Amino acid sequence: MTLAPDMGTSPGKLTDLFQLGLDAPICLTWELTYACNLSCVHCLSSSGRRDPRELTTGECKAVIDTLQRMQVFYVNIGGGEPTVRPDFWELVDYATAHHVGVKFSTNGVRLDAAAAARLAASDYVDVQISLDGATREVNDAVRGPGSFDTAMRAMQNLRDAGFQGFKLSVVMTRQNIPQIDSFKEIADRFGAQLRLTRLRPSGRGADVWDELHPLPSQQRELYEWLVAHGEQVLTGDSFFHLSAFGSALPGLNLCGAGRVVCLIDPVGDVYACPFAIHENFLAGNVRGAGGFEAVWRSSALFADLRKPDTGGACKSCGFYDSCRGGCMAAKFFTGLPMDGPDPECVQGYGQAALAAAPAVAAPRPSVDHSHRTAPRSARGPVPVSIGRRRPSAHDCDESPLAGFAAAEANG
Amino acid sequence: MTPVTFDLDRAWRVDPRVSMRPEPFGALLYHFGTRRLSFLKNQTVLAVVRSLADHPSARAACLASGVAEAELPAYARALAALASSKMITERISHDSGS
Amino acid sequence: MPEVSTTGHEAETEALTSDELLVEEVSIDGMCGVY
Repeated sequence: MTLAPDMGTSPGKLTDLFQLGLDAPICLTWELTYACNLSCVHCLSSSGRRDPRELTTGECKAVIDTLQRMQVFYVNIGGGEPTVRPDFWELVDYATAHHVGVKFSTNGVRLDAAAAARLAASDYVDVQISLDGATREVNDAVRGPGSFDTAMRAMQNLRDAGFQGFKLSVVMTRQNIPQIDSFKEIADRFGAQLRLTRLRPSGRGADVWDELHPLPSQQRELYEWLVAHGEQVLTGDSFFHLSAFGSALPGLNLCGAGRVVCLIDPVGDVYACPFAIHENFLAGNVRGAGGFEAVWRSSALFADLRKPDTGGACKSCGFYDSCRGGCMAAKFFTGLPMDGPDPECVQGYGQAALAAAPAVAAPRPSVDHSHRTAPRSARGPVPVSIGRRRPSAHDCDESPLAGFAAAEANG
Repeated sequence: MTPVTFDLDRAWRVDPRVSMRPEPFGALLYHFGTRRLSFLKNQTVLAVVRSLADHPSARAACLASGVAEAELPAYARALAALASSKMITERISHDSGS
Repeated sequence: MPEVSTTGHEAETEALTSDELLVEEVSIDGMCGVY
């Protein structure tokens, strides 16, 4: 039996090791379907309509087999609304039977008493209920009429079934930051754990970013609240850009995209992160040769993300170590360069960069499954999806003959 | 988190609800019950943890994995952290033949 | 007899700053990129 030498294997910093990427994700987000009963104005995946190319039940099980082999510890299943897939429960059971833990994110539409009882009986399934307002008015302005009541009913069912510690997940916005204490109270009321996450300008979020993203004073307020309550509240580490206000928040303070986590979308596309659904962050597809494992291990995009981070324009900032330049998706979808500050940089560098940036439209994803006639609250913002199709050169030409061949012009 | 006095001379084992995944630099441990994740930062501590159930004491597992006497306190601290997050638990039955 | 007494909490709070700890605990929720 050889003795494992200890010299030369001094433990490095955890963040450095994670930065370089792991042999397999620790966990990953898996959007099961683009179908959704809601049309939340900020939906990161622009969901609503099912895609005809979505993975079949058999293909999903093959993905789960791969995740088991790679020892991915758990999947965060979402969408769209994952529970509207007819095979949802079959896939959840298949995953847990194959040692892949499941947490699924839902608006609660299918969480009746029977579903809640089923969940309460399982040790390997966790639930995350989405809610974006502590009152019906604030919530439904973002998530649509009836959504507040749906979430409340689902949480009541979970509590009645004895499910302790499910997650109540809130995307922090300009409108709901003032309600942060109320969210905690709601979570406590249902025996749930509060989870707060960051709004990104991703998917439909790009359309409402200007009016919904937190004001600088609110960022400070949020930071102070997290410092005071952080031990009891989950954040998915999505506020590490706020660490530049002072001492680092609990968590890895690290972007895990393509290194520790990634996204598998409903048609099997693998993206670095669920907030980066855009061809620039597309690593491959699980239907390709070698499946998900080959994408994780060998894709050019992920190899690039796993290179040591040099910091770029943020290198000289004293807070770079804890903020790491913020969120890649937030920068990308506001048109900022990847090697510069986050648009919400708390030192103000992001605002300055946005002001100085050339007036070119920010990138839009080519993937949009929004409902064609999106239901919307009478008082809420109108969701608008602007397509990427470029107008032809002659559409704006003043001449009525623009675009016609010379021979016909004489007509 | 309750303080743990780690006893190197007791028998330990990895909790059956823990999934252990080797990595180039050590290993990741995920506990399906507590949903906590621990990170072993070198190959030796991984070897120790893997072999806990095969030895009558944690001390024996350490020594068999190449841990020097002078290094035992560091490894005991590591095992204490794993015990306090329930990744490893004491074995209550005796090894056969001991 | 080198019996070590330590607290799990102490080990965790040192985790992100000490390079000598052989075990670190990480929050499973604490990595950005999962919603």
